[in-house]
Amino acid sequence: MTQEPDTYSALAEVGAPQERRSFWDKLVLDLKKSPWSARFGMLVILTYAMVGIFAPALAPHGEAEVFAEPYAPWSSKFIFGTDQIGRDIFSRMIFGARNTVGIAVATTLLAFFIGGSLGLAAAIDRGWLDQFLSRTVDVLMAIPSLIFALVLLSIFGSTVTNLIMIIAVLDSTRVFRLTRAVALNVVVMDYVEAARLRGEGLSWIMRCEILPNILPPLIAEFGLRFCFVFLSIAALSFLGVGIQPPTADWGSMVRDNASLIQFAQYDLKAGLTPLLPAAAIALLTVAVNFVVDWFLHKTSGLRDE
Amino acid sequence: MHPVLKTVLERLGLGLATLFVVSIIIFSAIELLPGDFGQAVLGQSATEETIAAFRRELGLDQPAYQRYLHWVGNVVQGDFGTSFSGRNSGSSGAGTRSVVDLIAPRFWNTLFLASVTATIAVPISLLLGITTALYRNSTYDRTVNTATLTTISFPEFFVAYILILLFGSLWPIFPSLANVNESTPLGERLFRTVLPALTLTLVIVAHMMRMTRAAIINLLASPYIQMARLSGASRSEVILKHALPNAWAPIATVIAFNLAYLVVGVVVVEVVFVYPGIGQLMVDAVTARDIPVVQGCALIFAMTYILLNLIADIIGIITNPRLLHPK
Repeated sequence: MTQEPDTYSALAEVGAPQERRSFWDKLVLDLKKSPWSARFGMLVILTYAMVGIFAPALAPHGEAEVFAEPYAPWSSKFIFGTDQIGRDIFSRMIFGARNTVGIAVATTLLAFFIGGSLGLAAAIDRGWLDQFLSRTVDVLMAIPSLIFALVLLSIFGSTVTNLIMIIAVLDSTRVFRLTRAVALNVVVMDYVEAARLRGEGLSWIMRCEILPNILPPLIAEFGLRFCFVFLSIAALSFLGVGIQPPTADWGSMVRDNASLIQFAQYDLKAGLTPLLPAAAIALLTVAVNFVVDWFLHKTSGLRDE
Repeated sequence: MHPVLKTVLERLGLGLATLFVVSIIIFSAIELLPGDFGQAVLGQSATEETIAAFRRELGLDQPAYQRYLHWVGNVVQGDFGTSFSGRNSGSSGAGTRSVVDLIAPRFWNTLFLASVTATIAVPISLLLGITTALYRNSTYDRTVNTATLTTISFPEFFVAYILILLFGSLWPIFPSLANVNESTPLGERLFRTVLPALTLTLVIVAHMMRMTRAAIINLLASPYIQMARLSGASRSEVILKHALPNAWAPIATVIAFNLAYLVVGVVVVEVVFVYPGIGQLMVDAVTARDIPVVQGCALIFAMTYILLNLIADIIGIITNPRLLHPK
């Protein structure tokens, strides 16, 4: 069969091996189409991650290094001045990116591990396990989580490990509900039934059959949950019962330097100092929200109306 | 029995059951304490006998269920126990105070702050929600939306300190510390609570406005609204006369949910403004590990939260015309 160059053959087109775009090609294409808000968000997140990872190299002074000048004004030596016992605020902000964000990420991951696996197990099992877990979650969600966290912290004491465990368990309730709800739609599919008949175990069905199909809503939830976790850890640290000194943390930095605000009339820079860590928290939350918004829009066509 | 009454009673029962379980959880707080807790509360100088007496007073020598019944019985009668603080100073609890004495005045302060906030926030967010739904996708709508999305992402203390910086420090119009007491006259009290109330307002208006807008826009997609529109009703007529009456149920739910959210937001704001409310008391008690006070505060917070959610549920049920007029 000879083929003229200008004739069209449907057979040839169908027969030709379909060129698959690689993961990176798709990513680049998506990024090119992303709105400015999502790009801004990603840039901010990337910057925070870099600052957190390379904190010791970037910070001009040590995390808990005390200088002889408490409440020093902004200068070339101390870019944002020093705090109440003479630690460089700029350096502590940089280390805060590592501590505050790092702890929030670890907590969110743990919350997803607990909530996600229990949610999947409940959706597959549908028996007493589902009933038991769902009722437990109902009760846990009936208490405002900040109040619950305060009660638990008063019992176990405020250490970083306790903080991560408590917030992760309290937040895993929301992850559990979401995972269970989306997984219920997938569990009834024929291919899950087939896998079960094939004799696959619970963990295989969870990991290989259901998880890949419920990933997009879970990723979006991860972003939103991170914001909640991040804000509640910041709030607890601000209240003085979260991350404890000398660890640099944005929430407690706001509290420590709050009295400087009274001097804003005489020195605006001093008045702004306590707002810097709070602004760092706010900026990251806004950035994550922007990216999640774009991701949701892209994967499900969901709009906020 | 009327189906509405039945559902409402069901919800009430569920609420009571939740409260019961929550009270057990809060009660178990004292159960989970480490063994040397008596020593920690009473100080290093406490003798064996005082510690044993302290443990007996807490009832740690009785089985847990008996103590729970005793505790709940007391709580129902308004007795939340005795604060741990001041124990190691005087002999045999001379310097101690009952938890109720600590909580009661502060509870009224918190209620005052919450109601001032609600009076400002609810009308504003309804107005914003309805108008943004009315002028959907206009510049006005987009501006309000972006602004509220941003305030949602801010931690409460950030909003609070920005307000203090602007109105307490740069232009000292309002006091940045809201230290009120029983003898403060109402006008002065209102003046001092302006900044905390404004902070809370900014935080919850964003949520309430977005949910109101979503509720109305949701309704606008229904066929009977299209019918009204096709019959020539104007835009505002459609929203005010046709959509709004049916939107009251979701809006009431939204308001109740957000007032419940206020319960939590109040903790941070009270600490920022040193407002003598129950949230600040709880944070102080957590720092001092004063368990009876923590339990009392947590129980009150949880009760308010459950109650408001219950009210939201019930409003949603009784305003649902499909349930009110069963076939």
